[in-house]
Amino acid sequence: MAELLPTPSTATRVVADAPTGAPILALRGIRKSYPGVIALDGVDFDVRQGEVHGLVGENGAGKSTLLKIIGAVERADAGTIELDGRPIQLASPHAAQAAGIRVIHQEFNLFPALSVAENIAIDHLPSRHGVVDRRAVRDLARSARDRLGVALPLETRVDRLGVADQQLTEIARALSADARLLVMDEPTAALTEHEIDALFRIVRSLRDEGVGVIFVSHRMEEVLALSDRVTVLRDGRVVGETARPTREQIIRLMVGRDVSELYPDTSADIGGPALELDGLSVAGRFEDLSFTVRRGEVVGLAGVIGAGRTSVGLALFGLLRPTSGQVRLDGKPIEPRTAHEAVKLGIGYVPEDRKALGLVLALSLRHNETHPILPWLSRLGWIDKRRERLTVEERVAQLEIKASSIDARVSNLSGGNQQKVLLAKWLEIKPRVLILDEPTRGVDIGAKAEIYQIVADLAKSGVAILLISSDLPELLGLSDRVVVLREGRQLATLDRADAGQEHVLSLVTTGAAA
Amino acid sequence: MTGSGRASPEPLTSGASTAAAPRRWRLGVSIVDYGILIAFVVLSAALALLTPTFLTSGNILNVGRQVSIVAVLAAGQTFVILTAGIDLSVGSVLALSGAVAAGVAASVGWAPGIVAGLLIGAGAGLLSGLAITLLLVPDFVATLAMLSIARGATLIYTGGQPIGVAEGGLRFLGGGTIGPIPVPIIVMLVVFVVSIVVLRSTTFGRYVYATGGNRRAAAFSGIDVNRVRVLVYVVSGLLAGLAGVVLTGRLATADPQAGVGYELDSIAAVVLGGTSLFGGQGTVARTLLGALILGVLSNGMNLLDVSPFLQEVVKGIVIVIAVAFGNLEQLRHRALGA
Repeated sequence: MAELLPTPSTATRVVADAPTGAPILALRGIRKSYPGVIALDGVDFDVRQGEVHGLVGENGAGKSTLLKIIGAVERADAGTIELDGRPIQLASPHAAQAAGIRVIHQEFNLFPALSVAENIAIDHLPSRHGVVDRRAVRDLARSARDRLGVALPLETRVDRLGVADQQLTEIARALSADARLLVMDEPTAALTEHEIDALFRIVRSLRDEGVGVIFVSHRMEEVLALSDRVTVLRDGRVVGETARPTREQIIRLMVGRDVSELYPDTSADIGGPALELDGLSVAGRFEDLSFTVRRGEVVGLAGVIGAGRTSVGLALFGLLRPTSGQVRLDGKPIEPRTAHEAVKLGIGYVPEDRKALGLVLALSLRHNETHPILPWLSRLGWIDKRRERLTVEERVAQLEIKASSIDARVSNLSGGNQQKVLLAKWLEIKPRVLILDEPTRGVDIGAKAEIYQIVADLAKSGVAILLISSDLPELLGLSDRVVVLREGRQLATLDRADAGQEHVLSLVTTGAAA
Repeated sequence: MTGSGRASPEPLTSGASTAAAPRRWRLGVSIVDYGILIAFVVLSAALALLTPTFLTSGNILNVGRQVSIVAVLAAGQTFVILTAGIDLSVGSVLALSGAVAAGVAASVGWAPGIVAGLLIGAGAGLLSGLAITLLLVPDFVATLAMLSIARGATLIYTGGQPIGVAEGGLRFLGGGTIGPIPVPIIVMLVVFVVSIVVLRSTTFGRYVYATGGNRRAAAFSGIDVNRVRVLVYVVSGLLAGLAGVVLTGRLATADPQAGVGYELDSIAAVVLGGTSLFGGQGTVARTLLGALILGVLSNGMNLLDVSPFLQEVVKGIVIVIAVAFGNLEQLRHRALGA
């Protein structure tokens, strides 16, 4: 039954399981191109009543574009959209909402200065004579929150929340409306196990009520656990659609080949201490951390969100002021007060949020890549553009960064390629220490393997690497040693051999060894 | 100067817009600029048809001379706006620099006068920049304060009376000519060529775009964003000082009320040129086109005897239409979507 059928986009769909209901939304022959890229090339896709339809594909496969068209954020160049079997034009996101389509976007569309309750209720603020009824807002928000079964502070301003709570607010907002079709784009990226469980319970109960759900996630286990049907996109086309496929089948379809070995050999020659933390503390963030990263070594920082991992990176990069303790670089105490000073000392940082912190999206790949190295590419402030061009072209070829040219706007690159640009930036200056914060977040499997290879090569060249990652297999696959943080304290430092997945997972979540 | 009909287009188009020289386009004007260029050409052609005097060399040089002051201010303003800042003080700084230049010229000599005027301008910009980056005063507020401070300092320095300028280098800078071309036009062109090159080919220029495009990402790339932000206000102040010196020379007197409202004209020129007020996008070559449009518009309305009161209204309407025109592509998408 669960045969995986590679379906040409023109062929009639063969659905293995009995249809759960009539299609709510059906897209036929959808095409969409952006300057230089065909994002969708004749895609057929539908969602039925009472089903969860998983949508997977590498970054750049066209998932986001498809969701934008469903949410009417973008318009297709060609193709038809049917709602309940009747062709419709979804003119605006508002029209899509009116038709019962609710999209939980990957990027949060929240109002930072408003409270959680107001954000949840924003799409249909209860009002009396034009005045917002605060009590009704709170009641509405509370019922949406309780339905989700999580602890969200309803009166707190959204910009004071962490990423996980912002994500929960976004989900609660979508749930507060009566959706017929719920679109979830990477909804679990920032959530804990407990919150994910709660979300899944809700999705299943909505499905049983007849709601159609489109579920997009990079986490294969989640797609497999939740979806009644999975569609795989590659290069803007549907390459397969089936009920309940296996993990291996999906991966093969996604990348077009078997992913045999994800993690490269990271056994670099480990040299002397490069970065030493000695009782380092930042009040309210983390306390009394002491560990060493040696030249050529990858040290992983394990911990759940809120354990203080990113704060450690920021403190080392001059963006948080340590309240006590010492940092030494090559034996000499350092106290960078700005990121600029940290870079001059030879510290690089690849931030977690590449769009907000990593890239200048309006500028080209070339400009983004050379920002940290302009002092090396210039004399008396005058840029040697020929050298710049050669440097970037060489690096783009080496890292197989896919772009129409080095002058392409970096916002037009896929997530994986953007992440490679971020890494390439630091390859040029050969930092002594490189801090990687979630280097493969939102990146597809193919690009992940390539990024892992880059990290391994950097270590081999003698760079001391501090790796922050929530992806435990990744952390254990790349790190020579793992420092476990819990609630801002250093719980353990494990060699790779001792760092079994269950062991570390148990430490980060419960604080006790398995 | 030979026959006026043949020679006249030269001064106006000698910036980045010479159609016959495609290499010039690469100095900072791209396809997107055709809109504003077309607007400029249409406006000029219309005025050439409507008035006998518009296309005479005398009038064109006159427009150039008038535009030069606001254009120089707008070049500095472009640096600031590219970093997502704003400089409201340029009109007052212009007056202060002009007054100090005239005062020092009268007591010491014209060369120290010019230098003093430039330094005062740069110093005012430095103070604004430091208030913004060190004291975390919003740029709008800091430069609004400087607008007030510099105007007050001008009145204190001059005692509210104009300061005359004797013959010499200062007068030449404002009123002289090299060949047929007035010096202020040459100053303006030099300022724009240097600005274009700085923004395109130097590390500072790259840092300006990066800081305006995404300040936090620029900081994460190791760019000293506060230094960049201070420097753009220094550039803006320096160019306001230069404009003040040139204006003082041209009028042969430093008027304590000079430059009132020029900050808005300079911002209008930048915006007309299509530079984003959110920073990171735009070019200084387009700012020159923006300043030229404003100059030609006001010249044309003078020639057509439009009442000065109505001129202000028309100018405002033109700014809105021009900027909307620049967003045509976006507007069309939205119209299709609706």
